[in-house]
Amino acid sequence: MPLSRDEVRHVAMLARLGLEPGDEEFYAEQLSGILEHIDRLQQLNTDDIPPTAQVVEVANTLREDVPRPGLSQAEALANAPVAVDGFFRVPSIQEEA
Amino acid sequence: MSDLTELTIREAAKLLRLHSFSAAELVTAHINLIERIDSRVKAFLRFTPELWEKQAEAADARISSGDMGPLVGIPMAVKDVLCVRGVETTAGSQILRGFRPPYTGTAASRLFDAGAVMLGVTNCDEFAMGSSTENSGYHPTHNPWSLDRVPGGSSGGSAAAVASGEAMIALGTDTGGSIRQPAALCGVVGMKPTYGRVSRYGLIAFASSLDQIGPFTRSVEDAAIVLDAMAGHDPLDATSSNRPNDVLRDLEAGVKGMKLGVPREYYDVEGMEPVVKAAIDKAIKNFRDAGAEIIDVTLPHTDYGLAAYYIIAPAECSSNLARFDGVRYGMSEVDAQNVTEAYMRTRRRGFGTEVRRRVMLGTYALSSGYYDAYYLKAQKVRTLIKRDFDLAFEKCDAIISATSPTVAFPIGSKTQDPLSMYLCDVLTLGGNLAGLPGISVPCGMSEDLLPIGLQIMAPQWREDVALRVGRAYEVASGVKAEVAPFV
Amino acid sequence: MSSAGWEVVIGMEVHVQPRTRSKMFCGCAVGQLGDPPNSNVCEICLGMPGTLPVINKAAVEACLKTALALNCEIPRHTKFDRKNYMYPDLPKGYQISQYDLPMSVSGYLELDGRRVRVRRVHLEEDTGKLIHAGDKLHKASESFVDLNRAGVPLMEIVTEPDLRSADEARDYAVALRTLLRTIGASEAEMEKGQLRAEPNISLRRPGTEELGVKTELKNINSFRALHRAISFEVTRQTEVLESGGTVVQETRGWSEAEQRTFSQRSKEFAEDYRYFPEPDLPPLEIEASWIEELRRALPELPGARRGRLVSQYGLPAADAVLIAADRDLADLFEAAVAAGAEPKPVANWIIGDVAPTGKIPTPEHLAELVKLVTAGSITRDQAREVLLESVETGRSPAHIVAEHGYAQVSDESTLQDEVEAVMQANPRAVEDYRAGKKQALGALMAELRKRAPQANPKVASELLLRLLD
Repeated sequence: MPLSRDEVRHVAMLARLGLEPGDEEFYAEQLSGILEHIDRLQQLNTDDIPPTAQVVEVANTLREDVPRPGLSQAEALANAPVAVDGFFRVPSIQEEA
Repeated sequence: MSDLTELTIREAAKLLRLHSFSAAELVTAHINLIERIDSRVKAFLRFTPELWEKQAEAADARISSGDMGPLVGIPMAVKDVLCVRGVETTAGSQILRGFRPPYTGTAASRLFDAGAVMLGVTNCDEFAMGSSTENSGYHPTHNPWSLDRVPGGSSGGSAAAVASGEAMIALGTDTGGSIRQPAALCGVVGMKPTYGRVSRYGLIAFASSLDQIGPFTRSVEDAAIVLDAMAGHDPLDATSSNRPNDVLRDLEAGVKGMKLGVPREYYDVEGMEPVVKAAIDKAIKNFRDAGAEIIDVTLPHTDYGLAAYYIIAPAECSSNLARFDGVRYGMSEVDAQNVTEAYMRTRRRGFGTEVRRRVMLGTYALSSGYYDAYYLKAQKVRTLIKRDFDLAFEKCDAIISATSPTVAFPIGSKTQDPLSMYLCDVLTLGGNLAGLPGISVPCGMSEDLLPIGLQIMAPQWREDVALRVGRAYEVASGVKAEVAPFV
Repeated sequence: MSSAGWEVVIGMEVHVQPRTRSKMFCGCAVGQLGDPPNSNVCEICLGMPGTLPVINKAAVEACLKTALALNCEIPRHTKFDRKNYMYPDLPKGYQISQYDLPMSVSGYLELDGRRVRVRRVHLEEDTGKLIHAGDKLHKASESFVDLNRAGVPLMEIVTEPDLRSADEARDYAVALRTLLRTIGASEAEMEKGQLRAEPNISLRRPGTEELGVKTELKNINSFRALHRAISFEVTRQTEVLESGGTVVQETRGWSEAEQRTFSQRSKEFAEDYRYFPEPDLPPLEIEASWIEELRRALPELPGARRGRLVSQYGLPAADAVLIAADRDLADLFEAAVAAGAEPKPVANWIIGDVAPTGKIPTPEHLAELVKLVTAGSITRDQAREVLLESVETGRSPAHIVAEHGYAQVSDESTLQDEVEAVMQANPRAVEDYRAGKKQALGALMAELRKRAPQANPKVASELLLRLLD
């Protein structure tokens, strides 16, 4: 099932991946190729097969409600590209009024 | 003493206890070798002198006070996806350039507590996505056995460091084969534990239900020692098992009376090079001579493993990589007009081609209208693949096969066709899908001295079986990992 | 609520912060409003690479207790899912929530004899907070992120669209809050952000089954605002429909300042959350024994208590509703009655004085006070002062009364002097009364109370009336 340019744009937006010139064709072609291989899964009848979301045997792993020390504000911000007065800064979020 | 860089853990531990040299001298020998050859191998991204000086000193203090732990003073390299406090950790990506985690992951922490000494951070495919280390956002790594060839991936740097003698042990991670395949291509031992055996806390996530941390070493026993020190329940990882650690059990017991399964789908896999097949045949003979029974088994859904893997792994990674937005750490497009533009530009420029390809694929597979046909379907096929292994293990104690269908290939030879690269993992990714432990041990070389790896897989939680069979192979064949010669 | 021939249909989505000391998936302390930004955080809730979530047991318990109190079914098997979208207040780029196997389903809350059906109760983590440069989000050139709240646990309680008016919606929210406080699952203070109500509102013609297009309201910070916001939105939707238009399905924010709702939809892009099971968290198997343990430990629920206050103590329903709304007051009531006071007077004192002032006496002291008033030993005004002092100093009313010499005077001959003195000091009022202005009596009584506070008001007023006539 080949991917259309519209679909590529939609997926890129969901993933917040910018598209530079040539990207749309590139993804459309490459992903279509991989998806063609992946399509073979449809040959298998899996109607009565449960999905494996996890291969682990553990269940009910719960943590006691005991606070533990975290990071200081300085440590929390140490890797921030832009920090202002203890906050992380981002450019305009721009939602409609 | 140049052969200080060709020791196993057991040998080094003995000599350290005898005070033939100090831990500081052992580290220095490795650093000297690195200085001599790493400009050609390029296994490392960066070095950690602040750590190795402190840790070697502490190791020497422990040795003086009679501490017998096998890992005290052992020089170790750490793959660039494992967080170590204060050490620049970038997952092989430009998007995390400069990131210094304020914490150390559990597996690395336990090894430091056991006395290991960190030399530096090794190269890898970006976010562990790849089978050749060519996807690194920095530079490729070169196979020590043939510098124009790949070391495998994604843990190519760690494999190359151990293969060249630059490190005695190294940590890698395995999601679809990323420890076992580079181990095979570089002629060293590499092990992926059962999913849940080693804590993933500190491992920069690629595919959460598939990722595991494991050791690169030059002997099976060394791998067992490192695994033993790392493994065990971690309250910080809800998927880590409560099972007791018994990986060292029966290591020397040999394979007499054991049943070893050879899956015909692996044996006959498309693209298998004749030299690899010949090496596996020889290994099978070694096992027979050592008293094992060789059984035909079948893993009927093998042909669907790649397809299932290339939905599940990209889907999970597309979610795991959403946190790289330039707000709290890493690269950031500070000139963007608004947040959406900032995200899009940061991620377009910060992620390499393969990562973007997989994020797109994964996002698509999870998106509305496609979830059932792709992600859910793949998880069902995953169940079928796991059942294949369960059934096979009713007939045999361990499964043996080649690790990789080919020996190391030239740098650049598979980068144009993603699928051809993905096929490198066709014999290893089943083990990830089913959560099984697997080890690759060197089992010979091609005529041009390119290493070949033998893969041994065991049932869930039976690392001890995989290690035992691997050890038995070393004894029966006389083949052991060698350090690649350099001038 | 009818609105020009339209039936109002409301469903409520309430987010409640359960009482826990640490966050949902990491050990950070939950912290307070007003803490410095990014000071209650760790590598996990900051979404740093390599970190993993681990579920807080107390949050699960609070959710299960809530589910039990709301008569929900609790499935044996529950799991968490990732809700994927990128936004500056969401550090991991996904929120860990519950999608198709939530912790509980199909319950109800009894409201005025009706059942408001609860569709589900589930657990998730909160996001951080954004502060926008300037005031309005859409004009801000930059924003600032505080992740202190990121990772705080939240219970999401969703009803079926069973509510039919702003009154009902508000009553539901209030009753839910009472219930949560009674079982100790949450403090549920809206002002502290521990309870957030998001109504979904649509209109339809009466008698139709199909639901109209709904809007979801956010940014409502009090029960009053909830009522006003719903009322506004109903009016707005009515106008849209009456003028032949269609309601747009969207999220709308309530502006307290402008007293209106406004559209919050992002114009470009419809998010797709791409839910899938959270691979870092194995599923939870809820053992029946755990549920039974929690059920046994539940205190008496407000509904049951209300009923019992009526049947056991003969209180009028209105009083029972008010008292049962607060577990501490209800406990006080029952203990004071047990200490020998009459139920109705105790109820009056709790509703009239204790609850409004927030000054809570011990049950023994309250009982004593009530008995003193009932016996006529002190006036109500005196009793109010005694109550205050008793709470402040901890001393018993009897002691305080004795000290102040408050014992009420009911003897007519003693009072006669006082009454005559008041009449002499206020000739104008006396004339007014005799001229037919009966309300002048009130003024005279007020003067008398000032002059002789311990005068028994009933006796004194009878005396005054006799002397005036």
